[in-house]
Amino acid sequence: MVDRILGRTPKPVVEAPPAPTPTPAPSTEDRKAAVWARVQLARNLRRPRTNELLAVMADEVIELHGDRLFGDDGAIVAGFARIGSHRVAVIGQQKGTDTDENIRRNFGMPHPEGYRKAMRVMELAERCGLPIVTLVDVPGAHPGPESEERGIAEAIARSVGLMTRLRTPIVAVITGEGGSGGALAIAVGDVVLALENAVYSVITPEGCASILWRTSDEAATAALAMKMTAAEQQVLGIVDQVIPEPEGGAHTDHEETGRRLKAAIVHELDRLVAIPVDQLVEQRYRRYRSLGAYTEVVTEIPAPTAPPRSGLADRLRGFLEAGSRAIPAPLQVGRRDEPPAREDV
Amino acid sequence: MPVKFPGFRSRRDAFPEKLWTRCPSCSEQLFNKALEKSLHVCPSCGHHFRLTSADRLEQLLDPGTFVERDPGLLSQDPLGFVDQKPYPDRLAAAKLATGLADAAVWGFGEIEDQPVAILVMDFGFMGGSMGAVVGEKVARAAEGALAARVPLIIVSASGGARMQEGTMALMQLAKTMAAIERLRAAHVPFISVMSDPTTGGVFASYAATGDVNLAEPNALIGFAGARVGAGTIGQELPPGFQRSEFLFSHGFVDRVVARADLRRELAGLLRYLHPGPTEAAHG
Repeated sequence: MVDRILGRTPKPVVEAPPAPTPTPAPSTEDRKAAVWARVQLARNLRRPRTNELLAVMADEVIELHGDRLFGDDGAIVAGFARIGSHRVAVIGQQKGTDTDENIRRNFGMPHPEGYRKAMRVMELAERCGLPIVTLVDVPGAHPGPESEERGIAEAIARSVGLMTRLRTPIVAVITGEGGSGGALAIAVGDVVLALENAVYSVITPEGCASILWRTSDEAATAALAMKMTAAEQQVLGIVDQVIPEPEGGAHTDHEETGRRLKAAIVHELDRLVAIPVDQLVEQRYRRYRSLGAYTEVVTEIPAPTAPPRSGLADRLRGFLEAGSRAIPAPLQVGRRDEPPAREDV
Repeated sequence: MPVKFPGFRSRRDAFPEKLWTRCPSCSEQLFNKALEKSLHVCPSCGHHFRLTSADRLEQLLDPGTFVERDPGLLSQDPLGFVDQKPYPDRLAAAKLATGLADAAVWGFGEIEDQPVAILVMDFGFMGGSMGAVVGEKVARAAEGALAARVPLIIVSASGGARMQEGTMALMQLAKTMAAIERLRAAHVPFISVMSDPTTGGVFASYAATGDVNLAEPNALIGFAGARVGAGTIGQELPPGFQRSEFLFSHGFVDRVVARADLRRELAGLLRYLHPGPTEAAHG
């Protein structure tokens, strides 16, 4: 179905989402409605969040609190857990199930201290050789003045940067709403999974609509245009695998959702812990380094000189490295003089 | 997070071909020739007009030292995105209006004889928004600075991630931060200069994480659009919210620097910020 929406040739989807399409060529309105239904499922109040999923997936959970700088953020849960045979660090976002809890958890919108707590626990995991599992479900980071005062942008940037270089395996799972930077801050991984009805976007559909269509009434149109469903994100290469949900959505059966997710997470952990850590980190760098679609035309040769003032040592290193280019270079920081013309998606 | 770009006005609108420009801050009528001489800063109230990437490079670098890299990177339309206009049309219009290939330019140059890698963003190109090309250029600039072992300077002017590229644009936060982290691990310094505006995903990635963060006076710098924040939270916003001085007083900007002093300040900092030694095993 999704392939048809995207107008692409089907590529092997690891676990094809069910959702049979009744009509062969759904109209734009139907497609909008279908996407919007998924957005609503992702936002369903009874959808299992980090705590509910861990209750099913983990034999043991030890939660840790506080960022050691300002306070403890209820919108982010962090700690240790045993999932199958793996002892891991878990970071996840948590919305409340009732009004009281929602207030305590700030409706699942983390402040900077939430991301700083996450970073503290992730660094601890790296030092102790624990893999990291993250569960992402966030409308967006908290957009209020306190958040700005305490540096929400800096916290997100640091967390994203940290995750690109942590020397331990990371499995990220988009379980519900993948809301922009607030989601990405804990969603950089060696592998990114998504539940079938999860969505992932650069901005909320309402926000996108109010900017580009000048009215938030066009949210469904924006949601369709942004290709934000899990299956579409898989086609784009941002999500690696989509986990099917029980009939009717994850909220109808927490047990079964958790069971399926656990199997996928354990499978990925088994695979990732076997990869030498240098290789793992290099692969992760390459994964994110190659995301994005652009073409490159070499119109004019931009002054063939080496960067100014490169020392003898640098030039020597460049010379020596040029010979060993046959091996997949660990990091092509060197010559950029002849970048290959490429078209990445 | 990606904040609205305040309209896609062509540069011709911002700096009309007529002789006079009205200062939006103090309403003074300014003679364009004089405005150019004063580095596009209002001589009467100090309002900093937005700069094109070309003007910015000319103001900061020693004359004739800039060598551009990767000018041939062009945006694609991975989503087939159409809002009120197809994304390729928006790109074409922006190219025509600015003469640029995308919203960032990078290369090598010198500031008071000190070599640097420098990337400048151009708000005139789709609100300086960051898509795959801007992200790629930032990453290449960081990798280029690392390879040449010269400090990296990034001058930001952006409304945030480019919505028309969807999560592909969001992933540029990870791409740029991955490269910035490698630069940091290799002990090559990075100076972030924030100009008006620096918001959304650009602020929430490299712009906020300089070894030294500078900001031009009264620049809009923030994560969420002020309108979004106020609307969602229904809260009074403090005065000067999301302006350079607000960021300064909360500890996220090292120095607020007037445009006339920026080149000198950068040169001064570069005399301290030398790429330092690393363990031999690095990389």
